[in-house]
Amino acid sequence: MSNEIVIQHGVSEQEVHEHHEAHHHHETFITKYVFSQDHKMIAKQFLITGMIWAIIGGLMSVLFRLQLGYPDLQLPWLEDIFGHWAKDGKITPEFYYALGTMHGTILIFFVLTAGLTGTFANFLIPFQVGARDMASPFLNMLSYWFFVVASVILMSSLFVQTGPAAGGWTVYPPLSALGDASQGSKIGMDLWLVSLALFVVSSLLGGLNYISTILNMRTKGMTMTRMPLTVWALLFTAILGLLSFPVLFSGFILLLFDRHLGTSFYLSDIVISGTKILPNEGGSPILYQHLFWFLGHPEVYIIILPTFGLVSEVMSINARKPIFGYMAMIASMFAIALLAFLVWAHHMFVTGLNPFLGSVFVLLTLLIAVPSAIKVFNWLTTLWRGSIRFTPGMLFSIGFVSMFISGGLTGIFLGNSTLDLHLHDTYFVIAHFHIVMGVSAFMGMFAGVYHWFPKMYGRYMNNTLGYIHFWVTLVCAYVIFWPMHYEGFAGMPRRYYDYAGWESFKQFVELNRVISFAAILSFLVQLLFVFNFFYSIFKGRKVTSKNPWGANTLEWTTPIRPGHGNWPGEIPEVHRWAYDYGKDGRDFVPQTEPVGKDETSH
Amino acid sequence: MSTHVPAGYKWWTGGKSPYNVSYGKLMMWLFLLSDTFTFGALLISYGTIRVSQPYWPDPNHVYNAFPLMGHADLPLAFVSLMTFILIMSSVTMVLAVHEGHKRNRAGVEKWLLWTILGGFMFLGCQAWEWTHLITGSHPVLIDGVVKEIGTTISMNPFGPAVPGLMHDGHQVTVPGPIGFGSFFFGITGFHGFHVFSGVMLNILMYFWTRGGRFDRLGHYEMIEKVGLYWHFVDLVWVFVFLCFYLI
Ligand code: HEM
Ligand SMILES: [Cu+2]
Repeated sequence: MSNEIVIQHGVSEQEVHEHHEAHHHHETFITKYVFSQDHKMIAKQFLITGMIWAIIGGLMSVLFRLQLGYPDLQLPWLEDIFGHWAKDGKITPEFYYALGTMHGTILIFFVLTAGLTGTFANFLIPFQVGARDMASPFLNMLSYWFFVVASVILMSSLFVQTGPAAGGWTVYPPLSALGDASQGSKIGMDLWLVSLALFVVSSLLGGLNYISTILNMRTKGMTMTRMPLTVWALLFTAILGLLSFPVLFSGFILLLFDRHLGTSFYLSDIVISGTKILPNEGGSPILYQHLFWFLGHPEVYIIILPTFGLVSEVMSINARKPIFGYMAMIASMFAIALLAFLVWAHHMFVTGLNPFLGSVFVLLTLLIAVPSAIKVFNWLTTLWRGSIRFTPGMLFSIGFVSMFISGGLTGIFLGNSTLDLHLHDTYFVIAHFHIVMGVSAFMGMFAGVYHWFPKMYGRYMNNTLGYIHFWVTLVCAYVIFWPMHYEGFAGMPRRYYDYAGWESFKQFVELNRVISFAAILSFLVQLLFVFNFFYSIFKGRKVTSKNPWGANTLEWTTPIRPGHGNWPGEIPEVHRWAYDYGKDGRDFVPQTEPVGKDETSH
Repeated sequence: MSTHVPAGYKWWTGGKSPYNVSYGKLMMWLFLLSDTFTFGALLISYGTIRVSQPYWPDPNHVYNAFPLMGHADLPLAFVSLMTFILIMSSVTMVLAVHEGHKRNRAGVEKWLLWTILGGFMFLGCQAWEWTHLITGSHPVLIDGVVKEIGTTISMNPFGPAVPGLMHDGHQVTVPGPIGFGSFFFGITGFHGFHVFSGVMLNILMYFWTRGGRFDRLGHYEMIEKVGLYWHFVDLVWVFVFLCFYLI
C-alpha cells in the first residue's frame, strides 16, 4: 500500500443506486413528499415552510405597526382573536413586545436563514456543481426535520398562557434570564431557547452537507474557479454558519443554566421588583452580548451572502454579459466572511466598552465597506451596457442592489462609535438593518424564486403579478424605512410601545401613520406573490425547453422536470466558467461546451 | 478503486475529492471544527469571568482528594489518573482503527471494548469527583454564622480564609466565587456528555463490527470517523484540564 492512494471519487451512494436499480425505484408519498431525501424536494420544503413563517412573521409586524401608527385605535375584532392579549381591542404592551421579538426571531432565523439558505443551497448546489444529490441526503433530510421541530416548538410558544419570548430577538439577560422579570421571560423564553438550539443543529447538519458537497462532489472539470458565484456564496455562508452558530449555542446553554440551575454566568447583584435580592454574583450580562454578537454579526452575512450569489447569477444571465470581476467577487466575499468574525463589538459600543477597543472595532467595521463597495461596483458594471431583459427576477436583482447601497451607507454612520452613541437603539438602526438586510435579502430571494421557479416546477410564474409585486414592494420599502432615519436622528428609541408621552416625538405622529399604512400595503402585496407562487405551481405557463433563460450553468442541462439523480445519463463534464455570455458573437456558451481552438479567453 | 497517483496530479479539477477524503470523514472534520468553537466559547467565557473576580480558589487546594485515601492531601492526583485513563483510551482507539485498516474484525472488537471500558472508567471517575465536591462540605462564614457547605453550581466554600477563625479544627473561609462551580460543573459536564456520546457511538460500532457490517461494506472507515471524534474529545479534555486544574 506504500505509494498507493485510494482516490475518493465524488460519488454519492445515490449514484451507485441509480446505476444498479434505476428501474425498480419505488417511491411512496411519504418518501417522496414528506421524508424526502431528494435535494430538490427538500429545497421546496424549506421554501414553503419559510413562506409560511414569513406570512406569520409579516402579520406580526402588521399588528405592531397598527399600534405604532394608530396608538388610539380600538379594534374589537382584535380582542375576539387574541383575547386578553388585545384587551378592549388594543394591543397590550406585553403583546407588543412579544410581537416584536417573534417578528425578529422568525424573519431572521426561520425565514432569511433557514428559508433562504435551505432553499437555494439545497436546490442549487448539487445542480450547479454537477452532483446527483447532496453528499449525505440522509443528513440533509434530518436538517429539514430538525428545522420543522424547531418551528413547531417556536410556534407552540405562541400559545402558552404567558406568551412567547418578549425581550427582543437578541434576548439579552438579565431580562431573559429571570422568569420573574416579565411575562415573556417565563416558559415562552425556554421554548425559544430550545427551539433555537434545535435550529442550530439543523443549520449545522445543513452546513456540513453544503461544504462537503461543494468540495467533494464537483463533476469532472468543475474546478473551484469555474463554479458559479451562487455556489461560492453558499460555500462562504455555510462556513460562517459552521463557525459562528456553535458560539451562540454555548451562549444559550449558559443562559438556560442561569434560568434553571441557579448558576451565575450572566447574573450579578440583582434586585427584582424592588424587593427581592437575588443571590447571584459575579456573572456578566455583557458576556452574553459578546457570545450573541459573535454569532449575531456573522448571522447578518449568513443572510445576505446567499443573495449576493443569487443576484450575481440572475443579473449576469439577464444582462447577457459576463459577471464583472468574477475573481474580485470571490475575493470580496472571502474578505467579508473573514471580517464578519472581527466586528461583532460594533453592536456593543454603548456597553461601556473600552474606547480604545471600540476604535479597533470601528476600524474593522469600516473596512467591511471596502469589499461591499467592490461588489456593488461589479454589479453596476455588469449592468452597464448590457442587453437587459427586465424579467421579474432581474428587477428584483436591481432592486436588491439599490437597497444594499442605501443600507450600506447608513452602516458607515453606525460603524463610527461616536455617532453610534447617539444612534444606537434608535429607529436609525431599525432603518439600517431592514434596508440592508431585511428588504435586500428578500429582494434577492424573490429574484431567486422568480428565476428558478421554472426549474423547480416546470412552469413560469406570472410576469404581470411579478411586476406589480416588485414595484409596490420597492416603493413601500423606501416609504417605510427611509423616514425612520429621521426619527432615529431625532433620538426616537426602538422597541417602545407608545411615544405619546414625549414632546419631541409628537412631530412623528403622522409620519408613523404613513409608515404603518405602507407596511400594511407591502404585506398585502406579498400575499399576491404567495398567490402567484401557488397558482403557478398548478396553472402557470409550461416550460417547453430545457434552458428557457439561455443560461450557462448545469441545472439547465437537466430535463425540464428532473427526477431523482438529476441527469438521466452521465453527469456532464464542465469545460469553462459559467459566464460566457455574449462571447465571440454568441449569445451564450454553456459550461458543458469544450473550449474551441480559436476562442478568445475571458 | 486503488490507483497510483502520478506526480503533479490535479486534485481540484472536479470528479474527485481534493483532499482525497470521503465526504463522511470531511463532515466529521468540519463538525469537530464547529465543536471546537462551542468549547472555545465556553472556555473563553470562563476565562473572562475568572479574571474579573478579585479572588479565585487554588485548584491544588480544591482537587486534592483521592478515593479511599481519607483526608490525605494529594493535589491533582486523582484528575491525573482520570486524564491518564482517557489518554490510554485514545491509544486503544488508535489500535482499533489500525486493526480496521487490516480488516481484522476480532482485533477491532477487542480494542473497541478496551476503549469503551476506558470511557466508562473516565465517566465513573468524573462521577466520583463531582460527588466528592458536592458532598464534601467546608465551614464558611455566611451572614455572621458558620455554615458547612459543599461546592455546587451556585455555592462555593473556597473563599479567602477568615484569619483566626476555626471550626472543628478546620479553617473557616468566606464564600468563594459562585462562577467557580458554575463553570466547573457546566464545562466538565458538557465535556462529560461528549465522552458519554462517544462511548455510545463506540458501543454501536462494536455491535456493527460484530454483526459483520463493515466486512460486508469492505472497509472500516466508520471506525475511523468515530475515532476522530474520540481523539477530539480527548484533546478537549487536555484544554479543560489545563484551564480548570493547572492554571
Ligand atoms: C458597510 C457595511 C455595514 C456597516 C459598517 C454596519 C454597521 C452596523 C453597526 C455599527 C450596527 C450597530 C448599530 C447599533 O446597534 O447601534 C449595525 C446594526 C445592524 N446591522 Fe449593519 N452594518 C453594515 C452592513 C450590514 C449588512 C450587510 C447587514 C445584513 C445583511 C447588516 C445588518 C445589521 C443588523 C441586523 C443590525 C442590527 C441588529 C440589532 O441591533 O437588532 N448590516 N450595523
Ligand atoms: Cu454587525
